[in-house]
Amino acid sequence: MPTFFEKKQLVTPGELLAEGDYLPGENSYVENGKIYAARIGLVDSDNKKVNVVALRAFYVPKTGDIIIGTVVEVGFNGWTVNIQAPYTALLRASDVLSRPFKPQNDELSAVLNAGDLIVAKIASYDRAHDPQLTVAEPGLGKITRGQILKVTPTKIPRIIGRKGSMISMIKQETNCQIILGLNGVILVTGKTPENEEVAITAIRKIEEESHTSGLTDRITQLLKEQKQPITLEETQQ
Amino acid sequence: MSSLVTKVKLKQIEQLVEKGRRFDDRGLMDTREIKIEQGVIEKAEGSARVFLGKTEVLVGVKVETGEPFPDTPNDGVMTVNAELVPLAHPDFEPGPPDEKSIELARVVDRGIRESHAISTEKLCIEAGKKVFVVFVDVYVLNHDGNLIDASALAAMAALMNTKIPNYEIKDDGELKIKQGYTPLPMKSHPITVTIGKINNKLVVDPGQEEESVMDSRITFAINEDGNICAIQKGGSSFFKPQQILEASKIALDKVAELRKKLNW
Amino acid sequence: MNEKSDKLIDKKGIRGDGRKADELRPVKLQVGVLPNADGSAYIEHGKNKILAAAFGPREMHPKHLAQADRMVLRCRYHMAPFSVQERKSPAPSRREVELSKVIKESLEPALFLELYPRTGVDVFIEVLQADGGTRCASITAAALAIADAGVPMKDLVVACAAGKVDDTVVLDLYDAEDKLGSADVPVACMPNLDAVTLLQMDGVLSPDEFEKAVSMAMDGCKKIYEVQKEALKTKYMVVKEVDE
Repeated sequence: MPTFFEKKQLVTPGELLAEGDYLPGENSYVENGKIYAARIGLVDSDNKKVNVVALRAFYVPKTGDIIIGTVVEVGFNGWTVNIQAPYTALLRASDVLSRPFKPQNDELSAVLNAGDLIVAKIASYDRAHDPQLTVAEPGLGKITRGQILKVTPTKIPRIIGRKGSMISMIKQETNCQIILGLNGVILVTGKTPENEEVAITAIRKIEEESHTSGLTDRITQLLKEQKQPITLEETQQ
Repeated sequence: MSSLVTKVKLKQIEQLVEKGRRFDDRGLMDTREIKIEQGVIEKAEGSARVFLGKTEVLVGVKVETGEPFPDTPNDGVMTVNAELVPLAHPDFEPGPPDEKSIELARVVDRGIRESHAISTEKLCIEAGKKVFVVFVDVYVLNHDGNLIDASALAAMAALMNTKIPNYEIKDDGELKIKQGYTPLPMKSHPITVTIGKINNKLVVDPGQEEESVMDSRITFAINEDGNICAIQKGGSSFFKPQQILEASKIALDKVAELRKKLNW
Repeated sequence: MNEKSDKLIDKKGIRGDGRKADELRPVKLQVGVLPNADGSAYIEHGKNKILAAAFGPREMHPKHLAQADRMVLRCRYHMAPFSVQERKSPAPSRREVELSKVIKESLEPALFLELYPRTGVDVFIEVLQADGGTRCASITAAALAIADAGVPMKDLVVACAAGKVDDTVVLDLYDAEDKLGSADVPVACMPNLDAVTLLQMDGVLSPDEFEKAVSMAMDGCKKIYEVQKEALKTKYMVVKEVDE
């Protein structure tokens, strides 16, 4: 019952990873008792489960996920939202208006228009139906300020860090509010554009170097270095 | 809707194939009954109607004069076109040829062309200027599976039935059509056999229900010397290398058997 | 195909372009060459120069082409007007329509079609220069474009042709051999699963020659696969090297 990889080895789709008493995990599959990679990524095993941490993937909706999307169309009784997934999502008018929706009175485009960004939660999704969104919870709804960046969705856990350590550090050091959409869209809102830039630089660095060791130290370093000139400028003002 | 029906049928067909049987009571290696009628369209220079079970294909051959291709100035020209006419199946829609009909035409064409079935060098009227052009038009009239084999049979039967007009070249170089006809000169009679893969088992001459559940197919055109002259794999699955060799052997046997039956 | 008197293979068994019978042309591959595509690849296989791009999975347009229970793969193989000696009309020819279909069917077995129902993946292939064997080179590049788009795959798909030239079975025919040789057998396979996903043939081969051609083409596929795999890793390796 051998395995055919070293920890964190880079593998391509179709590469044989293990044989026998193993189970396919993320981005791997089993055929005739053999486990193969299904995506380009770094292979790892967790007990008997063989996972490939994908270096390239797209977002697949899951009920309960917080995501950031763009309104692409205003319809008769709701909005169509691009959530960077294989499926576009729907947001019902009644969900936003929190009262019965009357087409004759309510001009939907006055509430949300094409091009608007929203933070939303996936309310429901299955194979047969496009995802439905909800914004009827605190912290959800239209985005009015801040900066948006996109990353490969598989990198989000790394940006969050162990028990949220990485993201809290960035928030603290830059004084920014950061919302991580699980679909790989991130909203950074800070007191100044400079603060936002520092946070974005840090996130970009995590994205690029997400699979290297000692990343936390390098990010800490980066945040310290970047912070210095900004505080100087602020005192000058 | 149709996929639900298919799932029930898929199980049924798969279970039968597993037992070496098929839902129309054939063995896995059996071809459906073949009926050939030649010369069914008087206005065409050649024609044939072929029934392969309930699959029905009509081929008309028209012969006209035209220019040769620049790289083969001494050869006549053959073209194959296929029409999946809407009356043959509810899935066939009117309109320009889609990828299915283009593939069908090109596979039929390949078998005839690569086996040098037609003596194209005898179709030259004036080198580089004027040759006979043989238009082979495949008309699928009823689709009950394995359109490739039925169309290839019908195309060959029609070509074997084709006559080209007698002619003479007058002193001024003009072509004059004379009375009477000569049979289209042929030098090979390829036969095509298609094998489907259902649940990892190979079946000869898949019918339409079988096609709707089979993973893949592979077609072999084979000449009278027992050489292979065209192959086409189709469908969204794969064959193991061993299965391909197995399929080629089945096709060789099957073609030999059909050749005897048809006396080609 | 024409039989010409001048030989394509000399007495020492060397072909017109200096190769031995079982030798491949040089193959170069690059992944991630088109920024706007979800995934992309560029191949130079001999003098063939081909770009492939993958988009999706995404909503199908037009919508009625979507399948309720599976993802749909669409392929468009297209040759640039300047890719061949005599200008090719940019309108898709019947050959291109057929090749688009067989290329699609060579890639489908590598995809988990049931994973993303109602969506589509589009693969666009542009042949910039053709020198024999474009369908095979297109498949090799297209598989990389799909992998680069992050679409889950059972295996990569790699393709190579064998054929018959001057009574010899040879690997990887270039343009002149393709035109003047007596048979051409393009083969695509999923190398790790030992599965053939494309097989075509034109010309005349005995059953023994056919068997030899298929096995020679499969060997060629395995060699190209090593280049293909490395090309994909090279793009994503960059990320890892920061480590050192």
